[in-house]
Amino acid sequence: MSEAVEEALEDAPKPTRDLSELVAVVEALIFVADEPITTKLLADVLDEDKQAAEAAVEQLRQEYEARESGLQIRVIAGGWQIATRTEFHEEVRKFLRTRPSAKLSLAALETLAVIAYKQPVTVPEILEIRGVQSASAIKTLLDKRLIVAKGRKETVGRPMQYGTSKDFLIQFGLKDLTELPSIEDFEDLVS
Amino acid sequence: MSQPEPETYTFDFYKETAEIVAESSDELRIKIGEFAGPLDLLLFLIRQEQANIFDIPIARITDEYLRFIRLMKTLDIAVAADFLVMAATLIEIKSKMLLPRDPNAATEADELDDPRQELVDRLLEYEKYKSAAQMLYEKTTLEQAVFSRGKIESDDENAEVSATVFDLLTVFQKIVARRAEEIKMEIHREEISLADMIKDLRRRILEAGEVSLLAFFEEMHSRRELVTAFIAALEIVRTETVKLVQKKTFGDVILRKV
Repeated sequence: MSEAVEEALEDAPKPTRDLSELVAVVEALIFVADEPITTKLLADVLDEDKQAAEAAVEQLRQEYEARESGLQIRVIAGGWQIATRTEFHEEVRKFLRTRPSAKLSLAALETLAVIAYKQPVTVPEILEIRGVQSASAIKTLLDKRLIVAKGRKETVGRPMQYGTSKDFLIQFGLKDLTELPSIEDFEDLVS
Repeated sequence: MSQPEPETYTFDFYKETAEIVAESSDELRIKIGEFAGPLDLLLFLIRQEQANIFDIPIARITDEYLRFIRLMKTLDIAVAADFLVMAATLIEIKSKMLLPRDPNAATEADELDDPRQELVDRLLEYEKYKSAAQMLYEKTTLEQAVFSRGKIESDDENAEVSATVFDLLTVFQKIVARRAEEIKMEIHREEISLADMIKDLRRRILEAGEVSLLAFFEEMHSRRELVTAFIAALEIVRTETVKLVQKKTFGDVILRKV
């Protein structure tokens, strides 16, 4: 597969691929990428323009969809990824012999929710909303690399500010932060 | 002052002993029920009482809240403090509501006067994030059913290949640091007492007839040994029938048996 990529790269400066070729090489790249690969990176590697790469990925995604593949092409944390379909999680898990990983505690989830929506946010600000000390929850989230320190706030005591990480997007299956429903949407649920 | 409700609320901080279940360096951790915090508990009680969040029956809820806290046998020191703050807030609101309204302030808007308003705002704000937490929980549960490809062995994964010059340098520095420690320990072990040094020097002079001081000193591994050797040489010259011979100025000094 890497040969195909090399060949493709040697064709530079102006590669002439038809759509099906481009779809194939895009599939290869998404497959080998460790992390979700952005459209821009795909375009750069293939020396194609962004629209062409975009169209190729979209075509690929639809092909997977159309043949009801066990795999799916999806956007996560701002990049493309090949992943198994949720329907097969039992079989996959049986094969991998894994269990769903330890769930976050209620306190940790609440703290994470506050950080996700209020970022960058300081510990006192989290306390104000939750009404309870969140130190151990923050430590858990830092350990799991779901949140990262985002510098200090220029206020009394210069408290550390926290925000969500790329791992957060990946672990929660989010394209980006804008995919989170607006916090005001939850207001309707409340009343 | 009117007293519409006969019950009295007491909160005995001495009776509510807190137990430390787990103690670590920076946190005293015990869980209070299933509640993530005092606001969570309060929401639960309001819902249990089927009360309207915008018109909280503060006396009843306060009563319930305090009863619940008493029920808790194990209190997290850190969490308990937050729960007690809320208890105090509730009692404060309740007492404010029992007080007759200031007749001079009667013209003010009623809603602004409601001592519960701030608490209601906090509860509403909190509940939004509680719902958001629920949403995150659902998302992560869903996401756990999706698997991406496992990492393949690329240069990145292969520690043997991915080492840079800086990695080497780091490792080298570590080895040097460790080596320095080792050497220090060795010296410690091989430390020799003055008595042993004198005995050793005397034996060598008796056996060989003469000993070069320069050679003798060079055998020493540390400053401390060197000093010991020097004192030993002085001692030998003082106590034994040994003399110091020097063939030329600034040359080697020989210890020679007389």
